[in-house]
Amino acid sequence: MLFFSYFKELVGKEVTVELKNDLAIRGILHSVDQYLNIKLEHTRVVDQEKYPHMLSVRNCFIRGSVVRYVQLPPDGVDIDILHDATRREARGS
Amino acid sequence: MAAASTLESLVDQMISVITNDGRNIVGILKGFDQATNIILDESHERVYSTREGVQQLVLGLYIIRGDNISVVGELDEDLDSNLDLSTVKAHPLKPVIH
Repeated sequence: MLFFSYFKELVGKEVTVELKNDLAIRGILHSVDQYLNIKLEHTRVVDQEKYPHMLSVRNCFIRGSVVRYVQLPPDGVDIDILHDATRREARGS
Repeated sequence: MAAASTLESLVDQMISVITNDGRNIVGILKGFDQATNIILDESHERVYSTREGVQQLVLGLYIIRGDNISVVGELDEDLDSNLDLSTVKAHPLKPVIH
């Protein structure tokens, strides 16, 4: 649940999602669900020359199972809060 | 929960699906479930190659199993009609490697 809650905090921020087929999509995080499926708005593929496959797509749903990385804005991480949440999760309370 | 991450908002819209084997299938979303299984109507596949422009293969009514889906994109029909697919050349997308 920790990462689900964490991603919910990032809604509205710009993120870059790298997929397991090497495609990277940048957009505004619109929502996330329990499977860590991600919906992005105002999407742009990072290398449009090489990947013109989504030229006419501006909003998309990415299946959680194909996400390799989510690159976050530097100010999107409050390390202290994340530390606390991680420890709480590890303690199981 | 606000704005759940489902495909509900895309029903009856033109969508572009990228599958795990790198195919791109475009059609009208008619249904879906929690496993991301998808029903597409009036669908076609867009085949990308580096030798010639995009080829379109008519598929009709299609069900895609959720396991095999990478991305579901809302196709902006204005942008799409301004795009001359016959001039678009690219390598096919790589398959997903888990």
